[in-house]
Amino acid sequence: MTVDMSQFYEVFFDEAEELLAEAEHLLLEIDVQAPDIEQLNAIFRAAHSIKGGAATFGFMDMAEITHVLENLLDKLRKQEMALTTEHVDAFLAAKDVIKMQLDGHRHGATVNAEQVGDVSMMLKALSEGRGVEIPVDPLLAQSAPEPEVLQVAEQKPAMSLTDAEKSSGIRLYDVKLPTVTERDLTNLKDELALLGEVVVYQRQDQSHALMIKSDSSADDIVSICSFIVDTDLLVVSEAGTSAATETPSTEAKPTETQPAAASPVTAAAAPAEDLGYGFFDDDPIIAAATPAAAIAENATPNPTPTKEGKAAVDIVEEVGYGIFGRDGQEQTEEGYGFFAPFKPHPDAPKAQMIGDETPVSAAPAAVAVEASTTPVVAAQKPAVKETSAKKEPEKAAVQSTESSSIRVGVEKVDQLINLVGELVITQAMIEQRMNALDPVEHESLINSVTQLTRNTRDLQESVMSIRMMPMDFVFSRFPRMVRDLATKLGKKVEFVTIGAATELDKSLIERIVDPLTHLVRNSVDHGIEKPEQRRAMGKAEAGTLTLSASHKGGSIVIEVTDDGGGLNRDKILAKAASSGMSVSESMSDAEVYNLIFAPGFSTAEVVTDVSGRGVGMDVVKRNISAMGGNIDIRSALGYGTTISISLPLTLAILDGMSVSLGKSVYVVPLNLIMETLQPRAEDLKTVTGEGLMVHVRGEYLPIIALHALFNHPTHVTNPTDGVLLILEADGRKSALFVDRLVGQQQVVIKSLETNFKRIPGVSGATIMGDGSVALILDVPAIIQMGQTTNYVTGAQTFANQNFSTQPYTNA
Amino acid sequence: MTKTILTVDDSGSLRQMVAFSLKAAGYDVIQAVDGQDGLNKAKEKTVDLVLTDQNMPIMDGLTLIGNLRNLASYQKVPILMLTTESSDEMKAKGKAAGANGWLVKPFDPKRLIEVVQKVIGA
Repeated sequence: MTVDMSQFYEVFFDEAEELLAEAEHLLLEIDVQAPDIEQLNAIFRAAHSIKGGAATFGFMDMAEITHVLENLLDKLRKQEMALTTEHVDAFLAAKDVIKMQLDGHRHGATVNAEQVGDVSMMLKALSEGRGVEIPVDPLLAQSAPEPEVLQVAEQKPAMSLTDAEKSSGIRLYDVKLPTVTERDLTNLKDELALLGEVVVYQRQDQSHALMIKSDSSADDIVSICSFIVDTDLLVVSEAGTSAATETPSTEAKPTETQPAAASPVTAAAAPAEDLGYGFFDDDPIIAAATPAAAIAENATPNPTPTKEGKAAVDIVEEVGYGIFGRDGQEQTEEGYGFFAPFKPHPDAPKAQMIGDETPVSAAPAAVAVEASTTPVVAAQKPAVKETSAKKEPEKAAVQSTESSSIRVGVEKVDQLINLVGELVITQAMIEQRMNALDPVEHESLINSVTQLTRNTRDLQESVMSIRMMPMDFVFSRFPRMVRDLATKLGKKVEFVTIGAATELDKSLIERIVDPLTHLVRNSVDHGIEKPEQRRAMGKAEAGTLTLSASHKGGSIVIEVTDDGGGLNRDKILAKAASSGMSVSESMSDAEVYNLIFAPGFSTAEVVTDVSGRGVGMDVVKRNISAMGGNIDIRSALGYGTTISISLPLTLAILDGMSVSLGKSVYVVPLNLIMETLQPRAEDLKTVTGEGLMVHVRGEYLPIIALHALFNHPTHVTNPTDGVLLILEADGRKSALFVDRLVGQQQVVIKSLETNFKRIPGVSGATIMGDGSVALILDVPAIIQMGQTTNYVTGAQTFANQNFSTQPYTNA
Repeated sequence: MTKTILTVDDSGSLRQMVAFSLKAAGYDVIQAVDGQDGLNKAKEKTVDLVLTDQNMPIMDGLTLIGNLRNLASYQKVPILMLTTESSDEMKAKGKAAGANGWLVKPFDPKRLIEVVQKVIGA
């Protein structure tokens, strides 16, 4: 029975690509200091699976590198070696190389042999980092890609033909070449390698010559050479017509180019006179790929057998398999075995299956020959192609630097982002439907969808990145401003920026400039004290103003920090009270600091009174909120203030928690949810003037019942039957009471305001995986609504109450 | 009667190759993507032979073999490990878990059929 393996190639390629992508993803996530063993195991499994598949399907170059990779990963996961960043870098490089090899096999893409060799060496070096020797898998060692430097034998190699080869029409040719460049020689060798085995050697007059073993005619060889060299100068002679005599060459000595012939090898030396040249007594002899040589090598322990001989030997071992003996002893016989007392099935055919194609009497030697020719040729081909193709990528790299950017209208990019948003939704729909399917029956479909998911995510990221600009664009304008301002005010300020390379959506960058300018100006003006004042307080004369940007989860955090006087809580409270705001001594610091964002707070008088902020902070706050961001103040009196702005990375996509209320689903922005809980009855307290509160971690938080707020029918009216989401926005916390949690997902924000009136408590809408529309809650507004509408609790309480907000019905 | 073989491997390409070869040789094949899936499918229908990979997510081959051997219906069903590790240590572990034999990966479909025929007949 023959199975055409090529039908599984595509499956293997897909699978390997998927595994590589997964491995890369894991590698990028891994914490080098404290690697998660499960992650290492998963990466190991990926390498292991690729190796297994590659070896099975005959992609030996991939199998070889994954084998080295697997060995190293095995040591790491068994904690025999500590993970370092070099490992991760090497693994990522290996991933690229394997992908390149894969593309080479799949699409005939060029493979940079140099890169393969580098990575392979790097992995081996890392593997041996602690002097641990890598066990070389004999099966894989045979396929070591040929070094891409053209190997030129210094002397005429001894090649001969076996009787079997002769009878099948294979002839040995000696091709004397005119003077050629090394590149031409390489090309020539590659081309001729398609006909058969080729060895390049240098003649005594320094010109080059080739030995070819092929069943093609001399004319064929000449016509191939004609592409590269002038055929008039070419001399092709048939060399191996007379019988090769088997001469045990005990005098064989290694030369630099042929260490392979180092050990005693039984090889068939071609008679010198037939070839038209002579041998020296100490000629190195390459073992020809004859069964005799193979067997002889098998018998003689040979640390560095020739390529051909080695291959043959290994195949013998590989084909060898075994059965456990009845007495419990293992008898390895052809790569598999049974544990005693297992008895072969009585129906089992007596003759071995291998016998179908090979006479049983032919014994392992014949099997070895049959098997050795195919894989070796397969393994050589990619290596040969590499040499001729390797220079092309370099050229491409040079060209690509010429035009580094193009200008595109923002509306085009926006349209792209919109379309990607739609794609994300469609993809989520498909994924949701996949979950119901049997993983085996629909495996290929599931794999394709997984790939689609990944591609969609990558596409989304790339499209989003088009709009991204580094924060440096904003930060770079401040040093000058700070210096000028400090000079004018007679202050000393050291300005520091951190994370200027952090990227942010272009539209956000443009809109953050004004609020940030305001905050920096305020810090210099009111935050940092005059030098004499600082000295009196024991601080350095020069204040430090730090502007930083960093990624935190799905958002970007921009902070303006000064080591100035800090905010004075008492003064803020007093000022707020005097301007008619409702304040109480029991307010938390965060709530007090938030008062400075109140519109009525910003008067010139306050600015001088309060040691700090006040001018236009309400404008700053409004701008940030309009960008979907939050602003927070942390301050310590006498030590300084940090104003922290957190912005979504992009305006189009939101990480949300979907919650259900009656038959509808709402989406709550995930970054505003502190925690979710199911309250116990004893945690619920009714407080006069505050309504129903829940006791969470020592705090009493007001409960806002969403069904009551939106006047939305539901049967869950007691908080103990539903779920509370602890939300925090603008420094205030509230517990939002909903029926239950549905799940976490990325949603694409769709504006409602283009078609509908703005609804308090709703910031937008999205389309869910099942195609239904869900409203996205405006958390700050809901917390605000919860507080301004006295208290919001159960439906009963609300039945007769008039909302200051418009009741909303989910149409 | 057509014999049924359960093949368990997380690598789809290898599993499909095995399944294809076995089907071509006239066996019925049930496929599973990991040890847990294999165990579930083995419970649904008692098969004539189990071929399992060792290194798989969720549940590895040795655990699967151990679990199968704990089932009354799998006391006498032959189980072979398909493994890239042919070390004595791995063999000992496989034997201890209750495997009847092993087949070293990579293998060629012919050899697989040969082995399977030795175990459960043509």
